Amino acid sequence: MPSSAPSTSARQTIGSVFRREFAGYFRTPLAYVFLAVFNAFAISLAFFVGYLYESGVANLDRFFLYHPWLWAFLAPAAGARLWAEERRQGTIELLLTWPVTVWQAALGKFLAGWAFLACALLITTPIAFTIGYLGDPDVGVILSGYIGSLLCAGACLGIATIASALTRSQVIAFVVGFLACFILVIVGYGVFDELLAGVLSPSAIEEVRRLGLWRNLEPFTLGLIDLRPCAYFLTLSFAGLGLSTLIIERR
Amino acid sequence: MALIEAQNLKKSYGPIHAVRGISFQVDRGEVVGFLGPNGAGKSTTMKLLTGHLLPDSGNAKVAGFDVSENPVSAKAHLGYSPEGAPAYGEMTVREFLQFAAELRGLPQPSEKVQNTLKLCRLTEVAHQTIETLSKGYRMRVGFAQAVIHDPEVLILDEPTDGLDPNQKFEVRRLLKEMASRKAVIVSTHILEEIEELCTRVIIIAHGEVRCDESKEKFLQRGSDLNQVFRQLTA
Repeated sequence: MPSSAPSTSARQTIGSVFRREFAGYFRTPLAYVFLAVFNAFAISLAFFVGYLYESGVANLDRFFLYHPWLWAFLAPAAGARLWAEERRQGTIELLLTWPVTVWQAALGKFLAGWAFLACALLITTPIAFTIGYLGDPDVGVILSGYIGSLLCAGACLGIATIASALTRSQVIAFVVGFLACFILVIVGYGVFDELLAGVLSPSAIEEVRRLGLWRNLEPFTLGLIDLRPCAYFLTLSFAGLGLSTLIIERR
Repeated sequence: MALIEAQNLKKSYGPIHAVRGISFQVDRGEVVGFLGPNGAGKSTTMKLLTGHLLPDSGNAKVAGFDVSENPVSAKAHLGYSPEGAPAYGEMTVREFLQFAAELRGLPQPSEKVQNTLKLCRLTEVAHQTIETLSKGYRMRVGFAQAVIHDPEVLILDEPTDGLDPNQKFEVRRLLKEMASRKAVIVSTHILEEIEELCTRVIIIAHGEVRCDESKEKFLQRGSDLNQVFRQLTA
């Protein structure tokens, strides 16, 4: 008796969720504010705090140097709505009683958020052309810097989606996500060294410092695409995806 | 075979036993009115049947598919409108239904959307965002997403809540039109709705089934339905 149900491939489902979420960013003026803020901060930090122009070196180290800070702030801002908004509107009950698995929905949402962050990054590319005009930079190094920054954004977004899955409030999701990312930024600058000195050996403390976002982004800005930093960023992204899926499944 | 089967469903939230062993079956052509005081476990039972919540014990089947073991197949045969008919407020009615059709993997989704808009009399608001609609329209949007795939099983949590008499009439008309081909569960607070709409009544109180009988039999219990309701749910 059960008539054959029309089957949806996972790819179609993920694609539909992706399109809805990605378009969702641009339904409100907030998205444009977000993109403008990111761009303004990325460029002005590089020039006015990093003295990119005065350094007289044609590379983008001083531009990417501030990206972990930017992503720690802006990835949670972009990721906060992904699940929290579903809970607030009650639409999570619809989404999860449609023939969709949680991981398909989670992946579609994550990819949409990541694509949005990629748009923010894309808008900063004139700085690369500026450097190209001012000097003779290594295009490969700039490209690998952008790849690293995009992976770093994905890692922060992964953390943000966990925070978003935990609450129905976007504000709480943002604050929790930001705090978690912020810790990952400052841990790399040895902020917790003294605190950990009594507990861990110096080599272990160095390992902890290597968990910092900039420590893992830095090799990319030097043109090195190493396994370890790639694995680090992707692990955070997938952990975020997996944990948010689990949290939603056990709602 | 019954299209909806609940077998000894139990669910508690911490120390609160919301549903304490509910069993029943619903066949094609039946419209079951789910009645009970607020907090009686109606919505929780519906959430267990639709797979939004998993039961602590017991099992639920939709169109023969176990909701816990085979959720995607069960959900493909199910149309569900949760309490308050939630929807993505920032989307237009058409976009929302298109999204629902896509996620359900329906062939010719645009055509399905068009037909559903017509069926639910939403065509004139198809281009409005859902958050700008009146409550009556919003309830109809919730109804529309639940029937877009013409499911065998339809579960509606208070579909007429907060509607004016004309709007209530409209939702009941829609339901009656399609009820003969489906197994339907409708929860309601309005006792008169039973006479209008249902073929059978299930009364739930304190997480248990207090009464499960045909409409005719239920109506014979007394002339004052409110009185009957109070006695059964005490």
